[in-house]
Amino acid sequence: MDFSSINPILLLASLMVASTPILLAAIGELVVERAGVLNLGVEGMMITGAVCGFVVAYHSGSPWLGFVCAALGGAGLSLLFAVLTQLLLSNQVATGLALTLFGLGLSALIGQGYNGIKAPNFPDWDIPLLGDIPVIGPIVFQHDPMVYVGLLIVAAVWAFLKYSRAGLILRAVGENHDAAHALGYNVIVIRFLAIAFGGACAGLGGAYISLVRVPQWTEGMTAGAGWIALAIVVFASWKPGRLLLGAYLFGGVTVLQLNLQAAGLAIPVEYLSMSPYLATIIVLVIMSAGRAPGSLGKIFHASR
Amino acid sequence: MLRLEKRPQPSQVWTYTTPLLAVAITMVVGGILFAALGKDPLVAIRTIFWDPMFGQFASYSLPQLLVKAGPLMLIAIGLSFGFRAGVWNIGAEGQYIIGAICGAAVGLAFYPMEARWLIFPLMIIAGFAGGMLWALIPGFLRVRFGTNEILVSLMLVYVAEQLLASMSLGLLRNPEGMGFPGSRNLSQITSSQNLELISGTGMHWGVVFAFIAVIFAYIALSRHMFGFNVRLAGQSPKAAAFSGVNPKRLVLICMGLSGALAGAAGLFEVAGPSGQVSIDFNVGYGFTAIIVAFLGRLHPVGILLAALLMALTYIGGEIAQLTLGLPGAAIQLFQGMLLFFLLAVDVLTNYRIVLAKSEAA
Repeated sequence: MDFSSINPILLLASLMVASTPILLAAIGELVVERAGVLNLGVEGMMITGAVCGFVVAYHSGSPWLGFVCAALGGAGLSLLFAVLTQLLLSNQVATGLALTLFGLGLSALIGQGYNGIKAPNFPDWDIPLLGDIPVIGPIVFQHDPMVYVGLLIVAAVWAFLKYSRAGLILRAVGENHDAAHALGYNVIVIRFLAIAFGGACAGLGGAYISLVRVPQWTEGMTAGAGWIALAIVVFASWKPGRLLLGAYLFGGVTVLQLNLQAAGLAIPVEYLSMSPYLATIIVLVIMSAGRAPGSLGKIFHASR
Repeated sequence: MLRLEKRPQPSQVWTYTTPLLAVAITMVVGGILFAALGKDPLVAIRTIFWDPMFGQFASYSLPQLLVKAGPLMLIAIGLSFGFRAGVWNIGAEGQYIIGAICGAAVGLAFYPMEARWLIFPLMIIAGFAGGMLWALIPGFLRVRFGTNEILVSLMLVYVAEQLLASMSLGLLRNPEGMGFPGSRNLSQITSSQNLELISGTGMHWGVVFAFIAVIFAYIALSRHMFGFNVRLAGQSPKAAAFSGVNPKRLVLICMGLSGALAGAAGLFEVAGPSGQVSIDFNVGYGFTAIIVAFLGRLHPVGILLAALLMALTYIGGEIAQLTLGLPGAAIQLFQGMLLFFLLAVDVLTNYRIVLAKSEAA
């Protein structure tokens, strides 16, 4: 065993990369849940985004186009969920599960024949000056652009929820949909938009796994990332700032266990691979005290 | 403009017809999907739904129907109690794996002893216990800390999968297996095998237990206080609390029960049809059982029928893979679609569609 092979700077740098897919998916789900909808289909939307992004990027050679199509794919799938839960008033837990099962099947079908192919290269962004700062440069400023897109989305969602009128309306819909309806807001349209945004973010997160993190396509490659994203939203008490912390915590555990595997720690690989999931459970146990949006998961049916 | 009007009570007629309607819509949309994949839709549908029962391979595939329906039934019956009471155990796949590991470990610990009368019952008990304990983890965490049992039970699936990999590469590996991963083949050891009881029917002990579970669940739900409390807690938690139902105990019972049945399903599978503990011995029954539970309307008899239908799509899917070259993932998609359409047409059970006159919004 050789701990000196673990470079703390590289460790922190890869932490940012490892947490990006979860961060993207979680920020989308946070908006959905703040609008009062519980979409348990994050895993299904992520894997659909992963396969859409990969296929498009492979054929077009452009990872950017891949990311756009991944977002569209995720949003498209999420609209199925929206129609079922908002228009046909189905149970959100069951529909979310269905979305995940459906997404896993759909992605496996689309991804046939793409197994083992390498994704087109998505180069890191060497930010001049900032990237040259010792220690902080390689950790924070030498990543691919999607890492920053993720951070930007988190910041935008934070500002949107805290300062904008639309954000206030979205929160009102999530806290009490009957009151929001009485005030004249169209609950269903607002929720449709939130769900589509959540789907697009999950799609981006999935594509980040298949285009940057791995980067190739394998069936079921998201391996529970969508569920971990759901857990992180709970951990964050539905606040964007804490979400960032949660995602980095999770990224840290993932990266650390991978490094320990590589360093040849005397613990079998399987037990190290369990650690992100166990960490998620521990985090959920400690942080289940947050207050969920008032109407979360409840069916909205405007009676006269 | 069409408008939905809530029914005072769920419609009896639609409760029974919506699953059939969902199956019909799934067949139509599935047919379109198969056509898009370049297969003749009618042939594909016939291959999946008809040929396993009446086609040329029927003598092989008919027994498989019970072999595949057994675990689905057993798991779905367990889940149905929790789903009725608002306890969402969706980690049955993990409990299935742990049940299989525990049961197999007991069987292998006694190898090469031949006292089947002792070993096989002990294995079954270990299977039940393993699955139950694994499911009680999210149950206990919910009761004690208010943790979301959906997320915890699902996380434990991934933990169980890693544990399975570790077991089949390490502790339970066949010492005479020339280094290949996987345990000794339990189905070849007389004391621990779970073979067909009547040859040519696919009826093994797991299927027997599944039928027993259906009967017990039916009695519990329709004739017993426990079933009444479960239904009450699901429909009105407050009323349940007033009538003296202990909500925490109900959560633990529902989780434990579903875990125990899932664990038993895993044990019967590992000792019979699958034979050994290996990295990929689980095939997702724990997740498909969720579809079965909903398709069967959380009712024991419904679950029995839904499990048979789902088993049919598994077998038909395999035949379609061989004869038509239909991709295996298409069947997975097909099953997901079924649940989707069921949830969609369910609106008819709880709501009435009325033609609304235009009015001020």
